[in-house]
Amino acid sequence: MREKGKLIILILLSAASIAGYMFIELGPNWDYALPRRAEKIAAIVLTGTVIAVATLLFQTVTNNRILTPSIIGLDSLYMLVQTTLVFFLGSTSLTVMNKQVNFAISIGFMVLFALVLYRLLFRREGQSIYFLLLLGLIFGTFFGSFTSFMQVLIDPNEFQIIQDRMFASFNNVQTEVLMMAAVITAAMLLYLMKFFKYLDVLSLGKETAINLGVEYDYTVKRLLVIIAVLISVATALVGPITFLGLLVVNVAYEMFKTYKHSVLIFASILVSIAALAGGQMIVEHVFTFSTQLSVIINFIGGIYFIYLLLRESKK
Amino acid sequence: MVEVQSVSKSYGLKAVVDDVSVNIQKGKITSFIGPNGAGKSTLLSIISRLMSADTGEVLIDGQKVNETKSRDLAKKMAILKQSNHLNLRLSVRDLVAFGRFPYSQGKLTKEDHVHIDEALRYMELEELQDRYLDQLSGGQKQRAFIAMTIAQDTEYILLDEPLNNLDMKHSVQIMKVLRRLADELGKTVLIVIHDINFASVYSDYIVALKDGKIEAQGTVNEIITTLTLKQVYGMDMSIQEINNQKICVYFS
Repeated sequence: MREKGKLIILILLSAASIAGYMFIELGPNWDYALPRRAEKIAAIVLTGTVIAVATLLFQTVTNNRILTPSIIGLDSLYMLVQTTLVFFLGSTSLTVMNKQVNFAISIGFMVLFALVLYRLLFRREGQSIYFLLLLGLIFGTFFGSFTSFMQVLIDPNEFQIIQDRMFASFNNVQTEVLMMAAVITAAMLLYLMKFFKYLDVLSLGKETAINLGVEYDYTVKRLLVIIAVLISVATALVGPITFLGLLVVNVAYEMFKTYKHSVLIFASILVSIAALAGGQMIVEHVFTFSTQLSVIINFIGGIYFIYLLLRESKK
Repeated sequence: MVEVQSVSKSYGLKAVVDDVSVNIQKGKITSFIGPNGAGKSTLLSIISRLMSADTGEVLIDGQKVNETKSRDLAKKMAILKQSNHLNLRLSVRDLVAFGRFPYSQGKLTKEDHVHIDEALRYMELEELQDRYLDQLSGGQKQRAFIAMTIAQDTEYILLDEPLNNLDMKHSVQIMKVLRRLADELGKTVLIVIHDINFASVYSDYIVALKDGKIEAQGTVNEIITTLTLKQVYGMDMSIQEINNQKICVYFS
């Protein structure tokens, strides 16, 4: 089958970029470099998976292929949490503070915010999902403004520390945090299995999904919670990176031209891993750390996004 | 039987459906007619659980719709709304196969494929079954969606303006299929329809709504009269009998 062939190509491609990242210019101190690179690759695979799955789910639930979950405002909330920590506790808190504690605080706030937002939305029946997006957008802007406000007030040296957090980076992921993130992700993916069969039907739209016997509100609420948790994990792990999702999910759609989530989910994950591992390889070996991976992702993703918008408007 | 018991629904202060009670007979085609904004589509959405009523109940074969499991209802009742814009790369057969979801939950069995083939044949879509939806004309697309509801194999089929944007040939074709569904397979068909002549010629019962209330209901002969239609639409129509069919002439 052609789908299988394409999937195998993707598997080879992501395996190649992982291997490339692991072994290029390994040098004589391989026993030092290899475990560190393995750690980063683990973070890359985890983040890639989480972002791909969350974006695919989000686009299915909203029936819109040019949205990313960052529109709910979780990225901005993450920055707000980090800035607030520095604002009140000083920059040493970020460096001194246990990474796991920071991770837990960030995730806790993001998930809490998402739940409050959903509660607001679903309290009244028949509320459109676009109302959620609008609310999220407004909150996101609010968080963003508040963050800039605090950043202006703090010491420029401290701002440097925050600035590091503003861009997604795999350069200082810690194993303990990685384990936590992996466990949470695994739990979410397991929970997702329960709703997986509904995804194809949900992509037909709300009314058709209800007609075909999907408990729409129940299912969508749970999917949104899964999305929020996944996005929180990825953001707390490496920083704001949701834009990547838009890129990889659309590449998966373009490559496979199918509606089947059983294919799309693996395709998006593989594209995502290949892009991240390949991108990180370029950052480290071509640019020798002079730029961040997220800068490259946002650059390519932005161009692709504009292309999508132009093509949609032509239809 | 579908029993609608004093159902009301309002948006803000405006009552869109206002204390409506009606019983729908089994195995017949019932048409909902009325002017724009009379609440026809809203009523159909409430009957099919796409919306919930503010007050009142809808019972299908004695079971309350809002207390029945959605999946069980999906095997009893199919609803097709008027706007079916899809941004998916889906072939006609894929779409019709979705009609089997209440039974298969995504894993199609041999029996499912039999139903899909049957539905495709019923809507004369066999030759188009591998085409993608975005390559179809409006009429073909509409037929594909109706085929999906047929594959769902439900006793009740609810269609919201199935003739929207179709030419006469396709409109007649679809109404004939609905007639066959009722006559040959004993299905109960509920449609919201704007063209009163299609309602007059192809339905058994007509329910006329106005301002969220039922203005009149009964057999075609009872409703298609100059007097009743004047009450509903507020305009004079002359009713002509042509080939034993009542045709409204409303061009003045």
